[in-house]
Amino acid sequence: MGKRLWLWAPLALFAFFAGLAGYMLTQDKDEFVESEMIGQPLPDFALPAAFDGLPGASKADFAGSPKLLNIWASWCLPCIAEAPQLEALKAQGVEIIGIAIRDRPADVANFLGRYGNPYSRIGSDRISEVQLAIGSSGVPETFVIDAKGVIRYQHIGDIRESDVPKLLAELEKAQ
Amino acid sequence: MTAEIGLAALWLAAALAVLQMVSGAFALKAAPGEVNALAMHARPAAVVQAFLAVLAFAMLLYAFATTDLSLKLVASNSHSMKPLIYKLTGTWGNHEGSMLLWVGVLALSGGLLAGFEKRLPERTMGATLAVQGFVALGFYAFLLLASNPFERLPVPAPEGSGLNPLLQDIGLAIHPPTLYAGYVGLSVAFSLAMGALLTREVNPAFARVLRPWVLGAWVLLTLGITAGSYWAYYELGWGGWWFWDPVENASLMPWLAATALMHSVSVLAARDALRTWTIMLGVLAFSMSMLGTFLVRSGVLTSVHAFAVDPERGAFILGLLGLYIGGAFTIFALRAGAVAEGKRFAAVSREGALVFNNVMLSAILAIVLLGTLYPLLTEAFDVRVSVGPPYFNPASAIFAIPMLLVMAVGPLLRWRSDKPARLQFELALIAALVIGVIALVSFFGQFPLLPLLGLGLAAALAVAALLPLRGRSLKRVPVATWGMVIAHFGIAVALFGMACEGAFSKERLAAVVPGGTEQIGDFAVTLEGVTPVAGPNWTAIEARLAVRQNGGAPVILTPQARNFWSPPQSTSESALLTKWNGQLYAVIGQQAEDGRWQIRVWWKPFVTFIWYGGILVALGGLLSIAGRVSVDVRRRKATAQGDQRRADLDALGAAAPVPAE
Amino acid sequence: MIRLLLAVLLGVLALPTLAQDTMPPAPYAYNQLEDPRLEAEASALMHTLRCLKCQSQSIADSDAPMAGDMRHQVRSRILAGESPAEIRGWLIARYGDYVSYEPEVSKSTWPLFAVPVLVILVVAGVLLRRLGKRRNEGDGAGETA
Repeated sequence: MGKRLWLWAPLALFAFFAGLAGYMLTQDKDEFVESEMIGQPLPDFALPAAFDGLPGASKADFAGSPKLLNIWASWCLPCIAEAPQLEALKAQGVEIIGIAIRDRPADVANFLGRYGNPYSRIGSDRISEVQLAIGSSGVPETFVIDAKGVIRYQHIGDIRESDVPKLLAELEKAQ
Repeated sequence: MTAEIGLAALWLAAALAVLQMVSGAFALKAAPGEVNALAMHARPAAVVQAFLAVLAFAMLLYAFATTDLSLKLVASNSHSMKPLIYKLTGTWGNHEGSMLLWVGVLALSGGLLAGFEKRLPERTMGATLAVQGFVALGFYAFLLLASNPFERLPVPAPEGSGLNPLLQDIGLAIHPPTLYAGYVGLSVAFSLAMGALLTREVNPAFARVLRPWVLGAWVLLTLGITAGSYWAYYELGWGGWWFWDPVENASLMPWLAATALMHSVSVLAARDALRTWTIMLGVLAFSMSMLGTFLVRSGVLTSVHAFAVDPERGAFILGLLGLYIGGAFTIFALRAGAVAEGKRFAAVSREGALVFNNVMLSAILAIVLLGTLYPLLTEAFDVRVSVGPPYFNPASAIFAIPMLLVMAVGPLLRWRSDKPARLQFELALIAALVIGVIALVSFFGQFPLLPLLGLGLAAALAVAALLPLRGRSLKRVPVATWGMVIAHFGIAVALFGMACEGAFSKERLAAVVPGGTEQIGDFAVTLEGVTPVAGPNWTAIEARLAVRQNGGAPVILTPQARNFWSPPQSTSESALLTKWNGQLYAVIGQQAEDGRWQIRVWWKPFVTFIWYGGILVALGGLLSIAGRVSVDVRRRKATAQGDQRRADLDALGAAAPVPAE
Repeated sequence: MIRLLLAVLLGVLALPTLAQDTMPPAPYAYNQLEDPRLEAEASALMHTLRCLKCQSQSIADSDAPMAGDMRHQVRSRILAGESPAEIRGWLIARYGDYVSYEPEVSKSTWPLFAVPVLVILVVAGVLLRRLGKRRNEGDGAGETA
């Protein structure tokens, strides 16, 4: 009998795999790598200005009230798509501090001229230093930072119109 | 018109697959020794089906060659400006085309089996053809219902959107077709195993029928993996030849199962042992091919080599996988208990060594399977993990090292039972080589453990592989034995290449001004200049690197950084300088703001041996097939002559004396 | 629909100039450390870190700009005296186990280590059953045969 049972083992293993694979096919493939820094304080950083129009950004700039930290770049196409949403958030009184990844001043100025400027400050991160330090894996990404400088929420990818209320609620929660 | 012919041929072939399946199944209804009248259609159905499926593939090939932009598949994967060779190879550089290739090879091998295999009992043959028809039917359904390669566009496209530049390489001409043919060859092994299981005809005669198919599939898989590894090595631009990527593992797993199957079939053929185990491996090997296809096509795992993925098609393949493999394992569980145990043997014997090798190969297979699928398992719980070389290398080495040691000794052992004392000299020689080489290499420097062990094992294995020839007249050694010797020697060669690459590679990354020189090992590499060049569908910058070994005459290498414009993508075309003892691998990168150019150069000693070894292994397999087939043909001729003589004697009348057999 | 069209149009217009950044790579993205011992440490570590923007490649095998920036982090941290284990820990604290190709025993990876042990046990069991017992029986059978 022991031998008979052994003969069913391949089928059992296969059934387990088929079930798992079938389940995974129904799931949306999650290409995002979430930051593990949620709930942690922002690391110390001080970035120079990304172009002449606005000051650079540092950790100290997040003190006072909850703010958005927007990781973006002038060479990134989805960043164009989210520009109107950032404008809308700014119109609601949200302060947005930008970090421009691997960017040149002229390109930053050009981008802001074409698609609007929702930022209060933009730091230039030429070697993705701060991006890596906060666990962001692409552009654009948007983080909610509370008044104590703690990372509270991460939004991966461009902000759609439907994402705006969620971000406002997270900012509210971070009060 | 061609597309419609192709589509019609596919539908007809599918209909014939139904006929083959039903007719083959009727063979099972026949009483032993008799032939069911309805069973006679299975063979012709398989043969005609092979012609139709190959015709369908030829039609698609033609459409790609002429860039028929009214076909959706051509428009979305080809481009009129592509060189002809890449137009042709582009036929299988996409999902639909590669599945049609798969089905074409499947039907072709089914046709060959039906047309030429006359040794099996009709009942077993019928069952085998029924299973083969059933498998083929599933894939026809998949092609016709979920991935029709002949779909027309309502309005022909003005221009095609091109082929992924990474695939625009001669590697695409070799790697997928060989690998697919190997995968599909295993489908015949699967059908034969199921046929034998259903009719309980698991015996040496069956094993002799199975063996050439397993060997053939295994040779093709070996070549396919070798070619794929070399292709990734020079195309991806960083000098890596194996990444333990899911898609690579998907091709390795059937190879591991087929290797085990091939050895276990030998035991069954020679000694009538390991019956259940052989059937089990026959099912497992094809399961791994289908699993590979599923992983590659469904995109459930992230891979650097995944070029055409689609979850819905993944679901279809998973359904087929469940049907065939789930069904096969169910029949296995129900029937295998009824297959009589084979002959017995001692632990120290050729069979014993082969069982050890089989179990170790299966364990390596289990590790690779686990490491490949584990990220999928954790993703079900929303946790993402990565499993890579630091896991696969040591975990598989745990089983590979004992396996390689036994592999050195196994061919020297006698069948059934042997005494270790008889092999004292050989055992001492092998041990001395392993220890001696490791000690010698460690004397010259600090090297990682696994490459070090690899060097010792490679040396011992290379010598041990030749030992079966000792004391024999080389002219009398059977061809199949030569095959084994060469294949085992090939493993040693490949292992040597891997170990050397792992232990002694040198890397130089630098920013160089034109005219500047970098030193790597014995080589001085001078950047003579960088010029723009243009190809049929790309532009590139090309570096002129003058390479001098120990101050000798310069050799010019011209690596390129290419920009393809349809689809827009850039690739690094590495330049290789091949010496007998290694390769210099050079890549040109970007230009820095100060005008210097990024160049990357590697010196990889004996890296080429990895692929030479693979080719030797495949050659060994080919010789083995040739040897077995020629013996079979001779035996069949002798039997035929005997029959003829007996018939003649019968005709002469009862007065003639009865010849002694 | 119009938004989609606009997005496509924007994409087409913007593609040539905006598809990729044109910044030069970070200093240590494509340059080795002077000290061969430190470079070997960095290189070994880089081969076991996953490029987050790529498909299943290590940062040592990728031309993606982010992989370059990660290489720069690794090399400059090694140069600053950090150990490879510290750097790996720093990255795992930011990206989770996903960033490391070298699974460590944790609550999400323990089966990767338990199963091979199980396989070893099964292998030993199978070999003992198939070969161990046969020896005794085989000897007996050998005499009668």
